[in-house]
Amino acid sequence: MILNNIQKYLRRQGKPLVTFISRLGEFSIFVAQAVYNSLTPPFYMRNLWRQVADIGFYSLPVVGLTTIFAGMVIALQSYSGFARFGAESAVASVVLISVTRELAPVLSALMVAGRIGAAMAAEIGTMRVTEQIDALTTLSTNPFKYLVTPRIWAGLIVMPLLVLIGDVIGIFGGYVVGVYKLGFNPANYVNATLQELQAIDITTGVVKAAVFGFIISIMGCYNGYKSKGGAQGVGTATTNAVVSASILILIFNYVITELFFSK
Amino acid sequence: MSENKIEIRNLHKAFGKKVVLDGIDLDIRQGESLVVIGGSGTGKSVLIKCIQGLLTPDDGSILVDGEEVVGINEEQKERLHSKMGMLFQGGALFDSLSVWENVAFDLLENKGYNKKTAKNEAIRVLRQVGLAPDVADLSPSELSGGMQKRVGLARAIASRPEIIFFDEPTTGLDPIMSDVINDLIIESVKGLGATALTITHDMASARKIADRIAMLYQGKIIWQGTVKEMDKTTNEYVQQFIHGCSQGPIKVEI
Repeated sequence: MILNNIQKYLRRQGKPLVTFISRLGEFSIFVAQAVYNSLTPPFYMRNLWRQVADIGFYSLPVVGLTTIFAGMVIALQSYSGFARFGAESAVASVVLISVTRELAPVLSALMVAGRIGAAMAAEIGTMRVTEQIDALTTLSTNPFKYLVTPRIWAGLIVMPLLVLIGDVIGIFGGYVVGVYKLGFNPANYVNATLQELQAIDITTGVVKAAVFGFIISIMGCYNGYKSKGGAQGVGTATTNAVVSASILILIFNYVITELFFSK
Repeated sequence: MSENKIEIRNLHKAFGKKVVLDGIDLDIRQGESLVVIGGSGTGKSVLIKCIQGLLTPDDGSILVDGEEVVGINEEQKERLHSKMGMLFQGGALFDSLSVWENVAFDLLENKGYNKKTAKNEAIRVLRQVGLAPDVADLSPSELSGGMQKRVGLARAIASRPEIIFFDEPTTGLDPIMSDVINDLIIESVKGLGATALTITHDMASARKIADRIAMLYQGKIIWQGTVKEMDKTTNEYVQQFIHGCSQGPIKVEI
């Protein structure tokens, strides 16, 4: 009797753990399959270009707005701290460093995760529940290569480009606030920015962007691919894709920063 | 050389504790049209998915043209699929592509047709299933249910498969449209000389398209024979099913 109850108790406690581990295993296999299929032919170039346009081109307004306001607010915030001594160079370099290292990659990735991760999960999830993925297989087409591979490559290629554009726009935002609101000398501000510009700042931002692009695509594809149970299942998949991608982006942001900058 | 196109032996498949297929033995002869009937949720779809390699059975063997299907790798699967076509229950048309791109999908992506030849071929097949060329450029969501079924059929036969699967081809259609689809199925299967496996619970459809009928119940094939034999059989399960009685040996779980 007591033994029975203990067994029941342990079973109840252990179930989430077992579920978690089996999910993790399922996810690892999915990632391995995705990577393998991304490196072996055939490649569906038409699908890749469509995804590049979707992720890249149509995300430009969102990324532009996010980074310009991020740059502006950083200029404003840092000014109050450094107002009295060498304000131009201090504000310019704070804007430069925070935009290129952190704000442009992280904020752009979070926005793109909301926009694109959700769309990927919804599209692939709907294809799953309406048997379109099975249909691909019966038409001798590997659904990984047709659906997942183009999205992963698109994420990897496009996010760094978006972040480079975001860097420029964000720094410009800082310049606008610095010159027109805080009354800095434009030439001095630009000089200070150029003087502080270092390759490492841009490189880390771009590396982060590539990793985030991969995370967004893989979470969108995975959650869509494994979704089941009709409209509700697709809804859950969409939410999970965005939430898990966002959390992973923040975690990996720390990890990559640690790798580059910890002495 | 056996004349059986597909040979299924002792096929088992369970999802968790729920046993769906419990030892299926079934032969499908070259060029015949076999219809598997059975209630909802008896594992008819699972059976088809196992044959196509979309699901991996727990135990048993499936031979297609004498070659084992269970446990083959991706490359072999692609070769297997190149001789199969399937009409899905809900159509499963790709909604990001136009009608003709759906029909010509295999030709465009895998057989290296150029756009123009593929489109011409798609229009030819669409005409074969009774659709006018002007639907070719529409998107699947603009079509009615019956038309989607026809496009699905066109896509299934476009690459001239040796084996065609039909998953509840008449479900959700009115009786007249059902009969039109039945006729198209018979025509296309005979026209290609293909082997056909249909799963359905629509008895009118089953009678019309079947050379032979097999009944699936509780994970096993409990009866098989021709339509004539089916009407004369004393098997109580078959009798109850084809007459659609709520009373009998088959208990419906509510």
